[in-house]
Amino acid sequence: MNPLLDLILVAVLLLNFVALGASQLRTVIHAVALQGVLLGATIVVAHSTVTVWVIVMAGAVIALKGVVIPRMLFHAIREVVIRREVDPIIGCIASLLLGGVGTALAVLFSKTLPIAHEHIGSLVVPAALSTVLTGFLILTTRVKAISQVVGYLVLENGIFIFGLLLVEAMPFLVEIGVLLDLFVAIFVMGIIIYQISQEFSTVSTRKLSALKE
Amino acid sequence: MSHIIVHIVLILGLPPLLLGVIGKTKALFAGRVGPPLFQAYYDLAKLFRKGSVFSTTTTWVFRAGPIVGLVTALLAGMLVPLGNHSAPVSFSGDLILFAYLFALGRFFTASAALDTGSAFEGMGAAREVTFSCLAEPALFFGFLVLAKLSGSLSLTGMLDGPFPKGWGVAGASLVLVAASLFIVLLVENSRIPFDDPNTHLELTMIHEVMVLDHSGPSLGMILYGASVKLFVMGALLMRIVAPFESGNAWVDWGLFVAGMLALAMVIGVVESVMARFRLVFVPTFLVAACLLSAFGIVLLLR
Repeated sequence: MNPLLDLILVAVLLLNFVALGASQLRTVIHAVALQGVLLGATIVVAHSTVTVWVIVMAGAVIALKGVVIPRMLFHAIREVVIRREVDPIIGCIASLLLGGVGTALAVLFSKTLPIAHEHIGSLVVPAALSTVLTGFLILTTRVKAISQVVGYLVLENGIFIFGLLLVEAMPFLVEIGVLLDLFVAIFVMGIIIYQISQEFSTVSTRKLSALKE
Repeated sequence: MSHIIVHIVLILGLPPLLLGVIGKTKALFAGRVGPPLFQAYYDLAKLFRKGSVFSTTTTWVFRAGPIVGLVTALLAGMLVPLGNHSAPVSFSGDLILFAYLFALGRFFTASAALDTGSAFEGMGAAREVTFSCLAEPALFFGFLVLAKLSGSLSLTGMLDGPFPKGWGVAGASLVLVAASLFIVLLVENSRIPFDDPNTHLELTMIHEVMVLDHSGPSLGMILYGASVKLFVMGALLMRIVAPFESGNAWVDWGLFVAGMLALAMVIGVVESVMARFRLVFVPTFLVAACLLSAFGIVLLLR
């Protein structure tokens, strides 16, 4: 139970709501970028002894999640000229409410999990579950490819928060490897978005489910 | 006893000054001189000297609207503790009365608007009740957090005892509740970014459109009632945000008044730096306010 860590996680949870409720893609990307920076900070806070590797790791997370990936997304927005999610499958208010219910359920559910003694009462598991849920919600209810990439990012952030439980045990190399995976995935998605917009002159993924024009 | 008198004097006398402070802050941001600090008092004095014109199609409901609006706001003012001082009237469950006094006032304001038979005012009434029915859960969720934290069901009990300690125990919940109450305050008092109290443009009005047919003392009562409402909800918020206690009862009064003026300045700054939201976004923000409070409860209960 670490009060500073909990405070950061509360901010992360609030950013989930921003990502769910905002219709401007810029706002959503800013929210996810800020979430990335906060996650970088959690690494330092969660370690009991701060070594050079911890600082390097946190720096890498902040640089990648807070700067590089958001920049790629902003670049993608500029490239395909879209600014807002026009018609999500579930509207902003409904997805906000779903996110709220999801968070409440995550808190309830995490109480029933057999968690190691030192993590009982901490916000790590509820925050992780709720962030993963938010990611799923964004992934499934938005039709623009860029929103879906953002959803994937939020999902990954949730998994990252779950990793905080093992932060003392997880080797440095594994964490960096995961980050690299994420980077490559976003990179590829960026290229795919560009290709979709070239091919169909829109980035709505609804076109992808039709077999023929 | 003397504190009760101070309480009543503050509730009756101070509210229009908040409007003046908000106006001055906005003028400062815009680089204007702005109306005098006491402009709201002058306006009220002018309005109360004037005669009224009542449309022949209206009934007693139209005349009752402003009176009920003002009286309910003043009664709610009797329930809320100002700064570190308990409220003159306090009993278990008065927070429900507090919320529904405002609802009663709103009901009569909306009914008075409908009573004129003007479609335009009906539109304003519809908007007002739509938004306030979304603001109400946010207020109640906020109250739930405070009640849970203090173990008391009266406003004085909720806001009096545990506060300086409350920040240590459940700081995160209180930040959320304060944010949510600030949104509710802006919505309920029809401030920017949710409504513009100065505009007379059809598409931007919520509250203002309902009072177009009132004149003279009725309009004065509406303006005064609105400022009292701002003051009362502001007092609630200030107690949560700045629970300072100096030890000396009279210094506490000074702190409270300073806090309220600071709150008015904050509102002025918000109004200066933000544009009005499009009407369709207002419900989104109100739902967000509800979620903030509800999340505060979740954090408190886990």
